[in-house]
Amino acid sequence: MTYTATSTSTALEVPAAPTVGYWAGVWRRLRRDPVSLICAAILLALIFCAIFAPWLGFADPYTGSMIARLKPIGTPGHILGTDELGRDMLARLIYGGRLTLFLGITPVVAAFVIGTSLGLIAGYVGGWVNSMIMRVTDIFFAFPSVLLAIAISGALGAGVVNSLVSLTIVFIPPITRVAESVTASVRKLDYVDAARASGAGNFTIVRVQVLGNVLGPIFVYATSLTSVCMIISAGLSFLGLGVKPPEPEWGLMLNTLRTAIYINPWVAALPGMMIFITSLCLNLLSDGLRSAMNVRQ
Amino acid sequence: MFTYLLRRLVYVIPVALGVSLICFLLVHIAPGDPLVAVMPIDATAEQEAEMRAVYGFDKPLPVQFGIWLGNAVQGDLGRSIATGRAVAPEVTRAVGNTLLLAAAASVIGFPLGIFFGFMAGYLRDTVWDRIITATAIAGVSTPNYWLGMVLVIIFSITLPWLPSMGAGPGGSSDWTWDWLHMRHLVLPAITLAVVPMGIVMRTTRALVSDILDQDFVQALYAKGMTNSGVLRHVARNAAPTALSVIGLQLGYLLGGSILIETVFNWPGSGYLLSVAILQRDLPMLQGTILVLAMFFVTLNLLVDIAQSMIDPRISRA
Repeated sequence: MTYTATSTSTALEVPAAPTVGYWAGVWRRLRRDPVSLICAAILLALIFCAIFAPWLGFADPYTGSMIARLKPIGTPGHILGTDELGRDMLARLIYGGRLTLFLGITPVVAAFVIGTSLGLIAGYVGGWVNSMIMRVTDIFFAFPSVLLAIAISGALGAGVVNSLVSLTIVFIPPITRVAESVTASVRKLDYVDAARASGAGNFTIVRVQVLGNVLGPIFVYATSLTSVCMIISAGLSFLGLGVKPPEPEWGLMLNTLRTAIYINPWVAALPGMMIFITSLCLNLLSDGLRSAMNVRQ
Repeated sequence: MFTYLLRRLVYVIPVALGVSLICFLLVHIAPGDPLVAVMPIDATAEQEAEMRAVYGFDKPLPVQFGIWLGNAVQGDLGRSIATGRAVAPEVTRAVGNTLLLAAAASVIGFPLGIFFGFMAGYLRDTVWDRIITATAIAGVSTPNYWLGMVLVIIFSITLPWLPSMGAGPGGSSDWTWDWLHMRHLVLPAITLAVVPMGIVMRTTRALVSDILDQDFVQALYAKGMTNSGVLRHVARNAAPTALSVIGLQLGYLLGGSILIETVFNWPGSGYLLSVAILQRDLPMLQGTILVLAMFFVTLNLLVDIAQSMIDPRISRA
């Protein structure tokens, strides 16, 4: 009620206010959400450091001195200490962001593209095509996601590419399911009928009428999967299934430092701290995006 | 109701078949010959062929699947490539330990999640709501394998209160319900409970706050019902969805425990899996995954049935 009152009064005062587009509105709401802004800033800083790490003057993450092994946090020259091979922790954490973020984001992007296409086809075409796609999806849903990722990675063996493949397979079914249900509900709406009556072909309807209305919710859902994906991919490396040593990666670092918890516990816990902070920011940002885009799930 | 049950039961069959097919294919998507890892380098071609025949890898894939499925239904999951021992008994013992851990985590996580989620939904937009929501999102964002390490650092190393390894004193794996064994359960169970607790909290909060917005709540208040009476109605309306989330999270506990068991050397299916992965023991991997996935399928079926009993609208749809 208060909303209508204020909007009419502003409308009276500023009669020539330009109509704000959907994305401009989302951005305006997001800009007023301090939590989302802080999270976005932290994430951008992490991504920036990960991309430009070699030019930011950090120590070499691959070479260390066996004499300077497992130094505590605050050691001169090694602000965050050193790892079990005497390598600088700060450098390894920064460089570790490269693979961890890459393995957290890429599978979701790939699954977003594939899952949205499958869901669009299933939801729009319907009939036996829908049954076929959705029944296969159901089978993959019969596995808890961590278990499926470990199963596929375990069979394929360790390695970055195998990790990417298994995580993409894990996230296609949930995205397909969301895309299918959104598409199926949009397809029944009047403006799709109107477009069809005006002679638009299926391809045009999907591109013009459907796609614009389903991408938002699917996108928000996909962003909420990013933190899960990062935790699982680091978990794969933690099990020895993802990234191989000596590559710096947060999950793998956590694994190789496990035995060091008796000597220098807080240095050993640092890589996990990074995973936690990143995934917290991803989740908070995804929540902020969801309320800014008015998506309900 | 009865037709719904029947339909739901029939529907499990293709899913179970699909799950078995995926588990079966796990061995065959693996690069190279599944036997390569275990054959000695100087094995002759005849010996290799003999091994292949023993494990049945010489037959065409569909035939292999048929034989494998037939055996699996009868409780025979093949033999471990690494040790030659039968897979099924080892998996059964390990899954038992995993279930124990998952049950302990459920006892900690679900009641807390529901209680605080309900509180946050009811006290929406108060300080309590903010605190609970923040806790929940932190819980959901936690990599639990790291949390396990942190808890070990605090409660086993800094404060020597609780053991950090195994399921009993001296690495014993025979479980008994005494304090000596149960104290081994505390840290892994808490670690495992954190993520599902956060998810249940978030879901319950959203559910309760949605239901409180509905007209019937206004109507109940208007006819003079007490607060606790209204809350009972809210709880009843939230129950089916909350139940299905809890069912899913039980499945998550089975998957999530794999990493936790590795951290705490808990002798469960996750530990078995990580050993199988290290040794590239594919039949062991396959058998463990199959049993866990079938467990999850059954769990989902039970949740659906329970849900339709609480909420009659579901079986009529």
